[in-house]
Amino acid sequence: MEAATAQAPATTAPPKKRTSERTREERKLAWMLCAPAVIAMILVTGYPIAYALYLSFQRYDLRFPDAKEFVGLSNYGDVLTSSTWWSAVSTTLIITIVSVALELVLGMIIALVMHRAIFGRGVVRATVLIPYGIVTVVSAFAWKYAFDPTSGFIFGLPLISDTWQPLNTKAGSLLVIILAEVWKTTPFMGLLLLAGLSLVPDELLEAAKVDGASAWQRFWRITVPLMKPAILVALLFRTLDAFRIFDNIFIIQPGGALGTESVSILGYNVLITRVNLGLGSAVSILIFICVILIAAFFVKVLGTSTAQQRGEAA
Amino acid sequence: MQYTARTKVMWAIGILVVVLYALIPVAWITSLSLKTPEEVADKKFFSGFSFDNYDVIFSDDTFQKALINSIGIASIATIISIVLAAMAAYALARLDFAGKALILSGALAVAMFPAISIVGSLFDMWRAIGLYDTWLGLIIPYMTFTLPLAIYTLSAFFREIPWELEQAAAVDGATPFQAFRKVIVPLAAPGVFTAAILVFIFAWNDFIFANTLTSTDNARTVPAALAFFTGASQFTQPIGAVAAAAVVVTVPIIIMVLIFQRRIVAGLTAGAVKG
Repeated sequence: MEAATAQAPATTAPPKKRTSERTREERKLAWMLCAPAVIAMILVTGYPIAYALYLSFQRYDLRFPDAKEFVGLSNYGDVLTSSTWWSAVSTTLIITIVSVALELVLGMIIALVMHRAIFGRGVVRATVLIPYGIVTVVSAFAWKYAFDPTSGFIFGLPLISDTWQPLNTKAGSLLVIILAEVWKTTPFMGLLLLAGLSLVPDELLEAAKVDGASAWQRFWRITVPLMKPAILVALLFRTLDAFRIFDNIFIIQPGGALGTESVSILGYNVLITRVNLGLGSAVSILIFICVILIAAFFVKVLGTSTAQQRGEAA
Repeated sequence: MQYTARTKVMWAIGILVVVLYALIPVAWITSLSLKTPEEVADKKFFSGFSFDNYDVIFSDDTFQKALINSIGIASIATIISIVLAAMAAYALARLDFAGKALILSGALAVAMFPAISIVGSLFDMWRAIGLYDTWLGLIIPYMTFTLPLAIYTLSAFFREIPWELEQAAAVDGATPFQAFRKVIVPLAAPGVFTAAILVFIFAWNDFIFANTLTSTDNARTVPAALAFFTGASQFTQPIGAVAAAAVVVTVPIIIMVLIFQRRIVAGLTAGAVKG
């Protein structure tokens, strides 16, 4: 917006050259076209996060709204010294690491199946999009009911004992939550990896084959290194997504019961269930910082790996 | 290249595994939705074939209103974000200006934004200014994820458009804006449509905002309504009815995804990889 208004006086100046006036007009149009979207994004994220930051320095419990006062960093102190926060962090990390690792392996298999398929590529592509398109709450219910002790088909399967009740234990619940998460998001991983696979030149793989490299060697020595940026982008998207996990836990183990509370569920419990906006906002800001750290880590790794690739290509 | 029968069988098995993987949970929830309360406990696939659960949810006011809310809110959010993003994406794909990289990385940063970080402040602000439990109160926060998604997919699509036509229009005396409106918009329509479907799916899927910023039928969308759905008794979740409602919200998405699969894949991966 500011840039657009700053341009206005410049255009009234007498045109020196046709080209520079054209450039200036193009720049002005560009900013006018971008301004609404940019302003909207700043307003809908920047303002609420700034307000959350402000709230995080307040004692602000909606049950006692009159007791609102500035308390500095004490909310952060309360959160960072509570075992609930650290248990939520470790639960979130377990879910994130396990599910992203499984998704990477399964996604790579799906990508290879789609890439090398001699027939049925369209069928595979269409069906893998179904988990992706499905509402997360719906898939969470599907998995929850699959493991429901009274009605789940899992217990109708041979070899599975009725006495095994995963939803009654923390480990079992995490298993079901991770399963629901992996099922839904692996297709996305597969599609991103497929796009990366198509960048690997066939001639290179053929040449390696002629030189006697096994399929396994070709995959690890050629395909994976060339796909590294695509893999890192996929990992970045999925890690951040998994770290924010909310829907699956909310449905499968309401309230994050049995120690399945993730950081987002903890934020919800403090903000919405306990209506403690001050303390909850401190949780919100800490989650925000975690997300920035994860993103920064991946962007740094990604930067070095693409720089390396460019170096090789040049 | 000739393939042996063995190779073909191997591939067929591989494809079958992938298809089963994708379909089992969908088949399961569909199967549950067709069961009577007695059949629910039999733990089998497709043991019943009754539409009672569908009758229950469609005669249920809460579900009907949630469905209307979902359709209305997701559609309006889609339209607004596509219009704003299409303008920005045109500039990003086509025009030369400083700040392009900043806008793209800014959009990416917004896309990675954790929703939970702003629900508390929105909850407080919305209650103060009367947006709590309204359509607008959900449409605004939906911009946090619909706008970046739309900007990325649209600018990826727009880069593929044959721009010579725009230059031809400029040679014929069209201003950049006329070139945009009369030449590019029709060419871009398929890409815009695909981006709109993707954005709609994301808005349709939202749970965290719908759950925290609504409290009644006034604006509660289907995912949130499903989570709070209770049957005749307060404490048991009516499995059959929840399953039927789940199927109802899933079917339109599956149809859209199947019809537009090729474009959706292009949109998803172009946005992510080129970004």
